[in-house]
Amino acid sequence: MDPSQLTLVQTQSMLRARQISARELAIAFLDRIDRINPDINAFITVDREGALRAAQQADERLHQGNATPMTGIPIGVKDLFCTENLRTTCGSKMLSRFIPPYESTVTRKLKEAGAVILGKTNMDEFAMGSSNETSWFGPVKNPWDPQRIPGGSSGGSAAALAAGLALATIGTDTGGSIRQPAALTGITGLKPTYGRVSRYGMIAFASSLDQAGPMARSAEDAAVVLQCIAGHDAQDSTSIRADVPDYAKTLYPRMDAIRIGIPTEYRPDNLLPEIQQALEKAEQIFRDLGAVLVPVSLPHTRYAIPTYYIIAPAEASSNLARYDGIRFGYRCQDPVDLKDLYTRTRTEGFGDEVKRRIMLGTYVLSSGYYDAYYRKAQKVRRLIANDFHEAFKSVDLLLTPTTPTTAFPLGDKIDDPVAMYLSDLFTINVNLAGLPGISIPCGTDAQGLPIGMQLIAPILKEENLLSAAHAFQTATTWHQRKPEL
Amino acid sequence: MAHDPLYETVIGLEVHAQMRTQSKIFCGCSTTFGAEANTQICPVCAALPGVLPVLNTELVQMAIKTGLAIQGKIRERSEFSRKNYFYPDLPAGYQISQFELPIIEQGELHVVTDDGNKKKIGITRIHMEVDAGKSLHEGIQGFSWIDLNRTGTPLLEIVSEPDLRSSQEAGAYLKKLRSILRYLQVCDGNMEEGSFRCDANVSVRKQGQTRLGTRTELKNLNSIRRCRCPGNPTLGRHLEHHPSHARQGRGPRLSLFPRTRSPPAGDSSGPH
Repeated sequence: MDPSQLTLVQTQSMLRARQISARELAIAFLDRIDRINPDINAFITVDREGALRAAQQADERLHQGNATPMTGIPIGVKDLFCTENLRTTCGSKMLSRFIPPYESTVTRKLKEAGAVILGKTNMDEFAMGSSNETSWFGPVKNPWDPQRIPGGSSGGSAAALAAGLALATIGTDTGGSIRQPAALTGITGLKPTYGRVSRYGMIAFASSLDQAGPMARSAEDAAVVLQCIAGHDAQDSTSIRADVPDYAKTLYPRMDAIRIGIPTEYRPDNLLPEIQQALEKAEQIFRDLGAVLVPVSLPHTRYAIPTYYIIAPAEASSNLARYDGIRFGYRCQDPVDLKDLYTRTRTEGFGDEVKRRIMLGTYVLSSGYYDAYYRKAQKVRRLIANDFHEAFKSVDLLLTPTTPTTAFPLGDKIDDPVAMYLSDLFTINVNLAGLPGISIPCGTDAQGLPIGMQLIAPILKEENLLSAAHAFQTATTWHQRKPEL
Repeated sequence: MAHDPLYETVIGLEVHAQMRTQSKIFCGCSTTFGAEANTQICPVCAALPGVLPVLNTELVQMAIKTGLAIQGKIRERSEFSRKNYFYPDLPAGYQISQFELPIIEQGELHVVTDDGNKKKIGITRIHMEVDAGKSLHEGIQGFSWIDLNRTGTPLLEIVSEPDLRSSQEAGAYLKKLRSILRYLQVCDGNMEEGSFRCDANVSVRKQGQTRLGTRTELKNLNSIRRCRCPGNPTLGRHLEHHPSHARQGRGPRLSLFPRTRSPPAGDSSGPH
């Protein structure tokens, strides 16, 4: 059996029909990780023992007939979800030996459903980055071309999936960190509505933007994972009290009378020509499926990056204050006094990008600058959100490119933060507005690298995103392409 | 004590009252005083990566009760903010407090002064916030110990208008406020255990002036008797002419949130 050829939904029926056991499946994936991970560095920690134990329990449940759709499914989890007794590093030296004494809500739900967690996936340090090059554990290589980045910050989750090292992975998305790597590795990645999935136990970067979501080989697979992790959580006051629909049941292969808006601001002149062409072809496919396409305008789009790079670092600077060397995590050697302890612990424990954002955030929050930066950014954020609410009065979904380019070479942008930040040009506004967005494969560039497109829906309309993505994937085969490894 | 009729003392008081809730403000840990160090803590108290605060509704009810008792305006929508500073007994690196939209505003308290007159003292605001842990230094060589049991204990901060004119009035105000909190069973009012703490903002001005003089902040007055001293007008006049002799506090407490500055070095009064 070649595990890289399976999808989650196919595997479900194989497990139920006893064509394969959860244990055999877990071993097949663990062996493939052993073989391939050294080349792509998608996993920081592989939990062979825990995975085999979970697989054994999954087999028991399958025999007893009380399995869930996730029972026995081998998955990877981004290394910022706290997993009890399993190291959780957040891609940082600061937490390189941190073993949480408690479980995040997302991983608790996955474990309770019987999923088999193979390990913790690599990521940009504290989820800050768009290329997975800021990880203390080294960069992740794109399985389509190991000289190129897989995107970030959920680059490990994306690369693991593209390389067939798991059937689904969990990522998080603060400014595009699920959708951008999904686009650059040719997989499906969904960022749910802010508050759809609990943030409890998910290590915070920017609390008003962070959201966990599924990364999978198809919309159909992503629907199964979202079903498992979505819903209100008493331990996260910002999680939404709303029923979770049956996502698998709402998938529909047609799009009759669905109105799709094409925001003119998301087609800049310097967009890679192959991406422009792939989008035009995708538009025609949606028309063939019955959708109506109309141009719309989101006039405040150009304020996305400056607004985000005030709000996200501001929240990060406060959220990352707890890494002070006092109670957990890295502590410098032989501090002479308290100030030395703080200064050297944080100087030695954090990487450059994290420090850059802490400094930015501390600056914009400091007395005298708060109104000029943070408060003003919050006002612009409202205008950006209003653009979307206005557009959704006349359309059901929005269609945009996910990224301005395909996967770029390792080292290309790491010394140019602004160029790196522009990688998230098309995804950031969705976080600022709290909306759900999905990236799905829709073509390749001249070198055969994947191109992704993004669909955006109103608050809590994940089922519309999944259904549209499913319809597209029923009519196309881009999502079935796999890199040769 | 000599009383200079040319000057008047202006006093505003900030009281921190520990609320007698069963559990802490943002988690389910017990608030009982005197337990063995670090036995009443959880991932939320220790600010482990990934934890989130969930507000204790009992505290909100206590704050509203207190607001009603002082005829305050109760906000239907109030807001928490973070006050950022580094301190070893502040695990998250920020205190969660209310700044722009406190739960109670514009209350008042009527006190009887020592000369038998009735006086109305305005209460600017009451807001909810968390207490910090404790750093222990005594008898420990080369280390400090930290006890997080108190971390997350709910506090009400009750801020008066600068309506008090003497130490006697300040004492009468504190007694009245403490008796109300005790009657409502929201605070035990025990100053020695620190469950009812007071900071005073004192300034002096010439009689008839409306502008406030340079303010001096006096921290942690842990008995009502001690609160009576700083209001002494002779001391007050001294402060006006020699403000540098006063023990300066950390400046205006309600500076713009979030503050990123650390407390001044050598300040032993803790985060408040």
